[in-house]
Amino acid sequence: MTEPKSTPQPPKPELTSNDVQLTDREYKYGFVTDVEVEEFPKGLDEGIIRRLSAIKNEPDFVLEFRLKAFRHWQTMTEPKWAHVAYNEIDYQNLRYYSAPKKRGEGPKSLDEVDKEILDTFNRLGIPLTEQKRLTGVAVDAVFDSVSVGTTHQDVLKEHGVMFCSISEAIREHPELVKKYMGTVVPYKDNYFAALNSAVFTDGSFVYIPKGVRCPLELSTYFRINAAETGQFERTLIIADEGSHVSYLEGCTAPMRDENQLHAAVVELVALDNAEIKYSTVQNWYAGDKEGKGGIYNFVTKRGICTGHHSKISWTQVETGSAITWKYPSVILKGDHSIGEFYSVALTNNKMQADTGTKMVHIGRNTRSRIVSKGISADQSINSYRGQVKIMPSAEGARNHSQCDSLLVGDQCSANTFPYIEVKNKTATVEHEATTSKISSEQIFYLKSRGINEEGAISLLLNGFCKEVFKELPLEFSVEAVRLLEMKLEGSVG
Amino acid sequence: MQTSTMKTPASQNSNADTILTVKGLKAKVADSDKQIIRGLDLTINAGEVHAIMGPNGSGKSTLSKILAGHPDYEVTDGTVDLEVNFRQKNLLEMLPEERARNGVFLAYQYPVEIPGVSNAEFLRAAFNEICKHQGADEMDPLEFDDFLKMKLKFLGMSEAFISRAVNVDFSGGEKKRNEILQMAVLSPRLAILDETDSGLDVDSLRIVSDGVNKLRTKNNAVVLITHYQRILNYIVPDRVHVLYKGQIIKSGDKSLALQIEEQGYDALIKEHQTSQETSAGGSLQG
Repeated sequence: MTEPKSTPQPPKPELTSNDVQLTDREYKYGFVTDVEVEEFPKGLDEGIIRRLSAIKNEPDFVLEFRLKAFRHWQTMTEPKWAHVAYNEIDYQNLRYYSAPKKRGEGPKSLDEVDKEILDTFNRLGIPLTEQKRLTGVAVDAVFDSVSVGTTHQDVLKEHGVMFCSISEAIREHPELVKKYMGTVVPYKDNYFAALNSAVFTDGSFVYIPKGVRCPLELSTYFRINAAETGQFERTLIIADEGSHVSYLEGCTAPMRDENQLHAAVVELVALDNAEIKYSTVQNWYAGDKEGKGGIYNFVTKRGICTGHHSKISWTQVETGSAITWKYPSVILKGDHSIGEFYSVALTNNKMQADTGTKMVHIGRNTRSRIVSKGISADQSINSYRGQVKIMPSAEGARNHSQCDSLLVGDQCSANTFPYIEVKNKTATVEHEATTSKISSEQIFYLKSRGINEEGAISLLLNGFCKEVFKELPLEFSVEAVRLLEMKLEGSVG
Repeated sequence: MQTSTMKTPASQNSNADTILTVKGLKAKVADSDKQIIRGLDLTINAGEVHAIMGPNGSGKSTLSKILAGHPDYEVTDGTVDLEVNFRQKNLLEMLPEERARNGVFLAYQYPVEIPGVSNAEFLRAAFNEICKHQGADEMDPLEFDDFLKMKLKFLGMSEAFISRAVNVDFSGGEKKRNEILQMAVLSPRLAILDETDSGLDVDSLRIVSDGVNKLRTKNNAVVLITHYQRILNYIVPDRVHVLYKGQIIKSGDKSLALQIEEQGYDALIKEHQTSQETSAGGSLQG
C-alpha cells in the first residue's frame, strides 16, 4: 500500500520459500495459507461500509456508528507527532474485508472449520479442535476479518461468561454492545480510531458477570493472512462488579514485501471492585533486514476504571511490526482504582516503535504504576512516550513510572518522552529512567562460569525484563523469553 | 607417544597429579604492543595452594584473566596445559566457557553485577552447563534450591544470597563471599582467587578464608593472587611465587611470604636485577 509513486508495479524477484527461510529465518510465522476467500474490492466509501455492515447482519445502530465515524474520519488528518517515519498510506488502495469462504451453512463447531485454517492455527501453536485445544485457556481465533471460532464455550457458559467474536456479540447481545462500545475510545478520539470505528471487522467480546472470577484465561489469536488487506479488529471487555478476568492476545502475519495496516481499537470497562488483566504478545511480521515490508501496528487501547477499587493492568511484549504506535491507557475514574502498564518493547533491524501509556487520574486515591523496558538493537528506533495526568479531583493520587532502555550495539537509539501534568497538590508523581548497554564484562563473567554467549545474553535479557515477564500468564512468559532470544540472535557481540 | 622427540621430566606432563602447566608464557594487551607477561613458567599439582605475590602492575591480575580466557589479552608465546580426565589439554585453545566447564574457576577481584538475575538462577544455569558437559543430569529449580541451601550452610552463609540479584547492592565483603559460594557450587579443579583479600576487613577475610579451606581437597588446587601476606595466615600456601614485570623472579615455601612482609618487594627485586645483569653480562661473553 505504500509503493513509491513513480514505480506503480515494481517487478518482484521470484522467491522460493527456501530463499525466504534463509534471509529471514528468525520469523517462523511468515507462511501464507492458501484458502479460498470472499473479499471486497479495494477502496473505501460509504458503499463499502454499508456492504460490510450488511454482510455481518448488523443492527442499524452499528451501521450508524460506522457511518458517523467514517464521515468524521474524512475530516481528519493522519497524526505525525510520533517518532516514526513511513511513506504515506493510500487508504483507497486497501481492502477492508477478506474472509475465508463459507461452505454451505458454515461450521457448527470448531471441528468443522476448514482444515487449512485449523492447520494454520496448529502451525502457530494454537490448536483449536476439541482434542488438542489448550487446557486452561479459551481461545478466540481471528483469521483476517473474521473470527473462525472460540474454544471452551461450554465451561464459560456455565459461569455466565460471554466470550465470542464482536460480530456475534453485536447480533446476540446488542444491548451490551450499544451500552459500552465507543464509550472508552470515542470514534472521534484519533485518526486510526475513527478509521477503525468505520470499518472494524472482527475482534473479541467479553462480559464477566457480577462476582464471577473467570475460570479460564481468555485469549484471542489474530492472524493476518490475505495480502493488501487491512486488519481492523475491535475488542470490548466488560468486567461487571466484583469480577475478575485475565485476557491475552497474540498476533502474527505472513512475510510480505508490502506493508500492511493493522489498526485496532480495544476498550476495557471495569466496574466496582472489578479487575481486568490484559496481556499482549505482539509478533507481527516486522519486515526484513533492509526494513522492507512488515505490519504497521497503529492501535488504540484504553481502559476505564469506572468503579471504585477497580483495577486494569496492561502487560505487553512487543517484538514485531515494522512500526508500532500504541499507548494502552487507563482512565482512573473510580475512587481507589488502580492502573498498571508493564511493557517490554524490542526493536531490531530497522523497526520503529513509539509506544507507552497514558494514566489519567480522576478519582480520589487512585494509583498507577508504569514499568517500561525498551530493548533496541541493530538500526532500530525505540521510543517510550507516556503521559501521567492528575486531574484536580484526584485527591491523594499516586504514580510511579520507571522507564529503562537497553541498547544492543551502537547504531540503535532509545528515547523517552514523559509528559507529566499535575493539577492536584496532594498527588505524588515519580519518574525514573535509565539507559544501559549489555556490557562485555557481564558476558565474560557469565562465560567464565561455563555459560555460553547465547545463554549469557538470554540471562541478561531475562533479568532486564523480569519485572514485566512476571506479570504474564506463566505459559506465555516462557514463550516471550524465547521470542526475545530468537529476535536478538546474532545482534550482540 | 614413543615418537615424541621431546624429553619431558617425569614430574611434569606424565604426572597425572599435575593440574596446570604453564611454559614460557608471553602475553600482551590485545590490539596493542603492551607486553604484560614476559616468559612465565608455573606448574601446579593437585592438592596444592600456590600464592602469587608481587607489587602493583607486576601482571598478577592479568595472569588470572589470561588463564580464564579474557578477550582483552592476547597470548603471543608459550603453552598452557590443563589436565582433563588424566590428559593434558591445551587450555589456550578453549573458549572461556569451555575452560570453566573443564574446571577452571576465577574468583574476581571486582565481581560483576547482573541486575534482575537471582543468584539461584545464575548458579543453576552455570551448574547445569557443567552437568551437561560431564554428561550428568541437570537439576530442576527445586532440587537446586536444596543443593544451594546445603552449600550456604556449609559455608556459614545466609539464605538471603539465594534470591538476591547477582552482586547487585552487595557490600565489598558480600561480593567476595559470593565468589566463594560460586566456587563451592561449581567445585572447580583449579580455583584462581584474584586479590580476594583486597578490601576485606578482618572478619570477612576470616569467613572467606574458612570457605576456601573447607573447599580444599586432594584433587583440586588453589592459586591465590595477592598483594599482601595477610591472607596467607589463613590459607597456608605450599608454594609462594613472586611476580615482577611479567616473570616469576623467585619461588619458595611459605617463609618467602613472611620475608616479603618484613623486607618488602624491593629487596627481592634488587636481588633479581643484580642476578639478571650478571647473567646478561655472562651471555654477552658467550
